[in-house]
Amino acid sequence: MSRTYFTPDHEWIRVEGGTATVGITDYAQEQLGDLVFVELPEAGKALKKGDAAVVVESVKAASDVYAPADGEVTEANQALSSDPALVNSAPMGDGWLWKMTLSDESQLEGLMDEAAYKATIA
Amino acid sequence: MSDLKHLPLESLHEEAGARFGAFAGWRMPLTYPAGVMKEHLQTREEAGLFDISHMQLFAVEGLGAAAFLSRACPLDAAALEPGKSKYTVLLNEKAGIIDDLIVTRLGPDRFMVVANAGNAAKDEAHFRAIAQGFDVEIEALDRVFLALQGPDAESVLLGTGLYLGDLTFMTATEPRENWFAARSGYTGEDGFEIALPPEDARSFAERILADERAMWIGLAARDSLRLEAGLCLHGQDLDENTDPASAAILWAIPKALRENGGFVGAEALRGILAEGPRHVRVGLKPDGRQPVRAGAVLTNEQGEAVGRVTSGGFGPSVGHPIAMGYVTPGYREPGTTLTAEVRGNRVPLTVHPLPFTPHRYRKG
Repeated sequence: MSRTYFTPDHEWIRVEGGTATVGITDYAQEQLGDLVFVELPEAGKALKKGDAAVVVESVKAASDVYAPADGEVTEANQALSSDPALVNSAPMGDGWLWKMTLSDESQLEGLMDEAAYKATIA
Repeated sequence: MSDLKHLPLESLHEEAGARFGAFAGWRMPLTYPAGVMKEHLQTREEAGLFDISHMQLFAVEGLGAAAFLSRACPLDAAALEPGKSKYTVLLNEKAGIIDDLIVTRLGPDRFMVVANAGNAAKDEAHFRAIAQGFDVEIEALDRVFLALQGPDAESVLLGTGLYLGDLTFMTATEPRENWFAARSGYTGEDGFEIALPPEDARSFAERILADERAMWIGLAARDSLRLEAGLCLHGQDLDENTDPASAAILWAIPKALRENGGFVGAEALRGILAEGPRHVRVGLKPDGRQPVRAGAVLTNEQGEAVGRVTSGGFGPSVGHPIAMGYVTPGYREPGTTLTAEVRGNRVPLTVHPLPFTPHRYRKG
C-alpha cells in the first residue's frame, strides 16, 4: 500500500514500505517546459527537508527540486541521464527523480494529499 | 508586472495557449503548448511565426538622413542602395555598443531602423541628440511586427496573397501602405520580418496560421534558434562595455570606415583595433549534457579565469548544450579546451566555430 504526498513546491513523494520515491508534478514539468538535463544526487547523500536535491534544466533555465523530508538517497533515476524528457512525458511514473529513506515519517504529515494539492494549482 | 506593455495581438496569443513572461518591459509569449523543443524544430523544418512587436521601428527621413545615419552608426548610408538592409550598431564615444540595429534604405532620403525593445527609449534619445545638426526627422512607428522564419516561409506568405519571392537576404520592400517587409530574421533560417499597421495585423496573422506549415513560436525558441545561429542578444552578448572588435562583428563595419569613418565612437574603435581587443566572442560547446549558462566563469588548465559565458542553453537542432562567451584572445581558436564551474561541477567546454547550425539564408 503506497501513499503519495505533495509539497507546495510541486514535488511529490510516494511512500511504500519504508522507502520513498520523489519526483515533480505534472504541473511543475509543464511550467518548466522541455527538460534537457537532470543533475542527479549520488546514492548515500544525506538530505534535509528543503535542501536542493536535484537540479532540472530546461532549454532556458535551471531549477532546484527540494527534498520533501529528511533522509538518505538510496538511488537516482539513471534513465534520466540519457533521456531527461521522461520527466516531461511521465513525471509521476518513469520520470521519478530519486529514492530515499525517511528519517522522520512524521514530516510527511505537513504535506498535502492529491486533492489538496490540485486545489492549490486550480 | 502591471507596468508591462501589451502586444496588440495579445488575445490571439492567449487563444493559442501561450505562456507569458516579462521581457524588455513587455508581456511576451514565451512558449505555446507545443513546447520550446517542438517550436524550435518546427521553425527549422517548416515555418515559425514570431510576434516581435516589442521591437521598435524608426522612420528616419529627410535630406540629411543618410549623413545623420553615417554619423550615428559605422555605416556608409549614402552608399546603401534603396531596398538594401544592413546590420549595424549604435556606439558610444568609447565604441561601446549601445544597441545593434538593422538599417534599410527605402528611398533617396528615407530609411527604416529596427531597434531592440529594451533599448528603444535610449536609442531614440541618442538619435535625437545626434540629429540636432542634421536635416532629418525621426519617428517611432506604431506597428505590429511579425517574423515568419523557416524553409516554407516564402510559400506560406504567398498563400496569404503576399508575394515576396523577389527579395533576397537583407533586402526589403514596402508591399502595402505603411507595411514594411524584409527578408531577414534572427533564427539562421530563410524568412521575413514584416511590420504592418495594427488594424491589418490580426487577419494577416490568422491567414498565415491557417497554413498548417506555420505555427506560433515563443521567445524561448527564438532564443535557442538565435544561439544556434551564433547571433548576439544585446544585453547579454553585447553591451555598452563591449566594442565591435571584441564582439567579432567587425564584418558589419566597412574597412574604409574603420580607418577614416566619422561616426560616433570611431576614434575609440581605431584605438582598440590598433591595440587589439582584450576579449573576443567565441562559440562554446560544453562536453556532455549539462548546459552552461550566462555568467559562468571560464578557466584555463591552470585554473586561471580567462573568460565568461554570456549566453548558454541547449540547442534542440544540434542536440547538445551550446553557449557563447568572451575569452582572452589566446583562447579563441576552435578546439581550445576550457572549464566552467556549474554548481560545483567542473564542466569542460571546447571553443567551437559559430554558427552551430549553418545559416540557410536566401542569398541573391
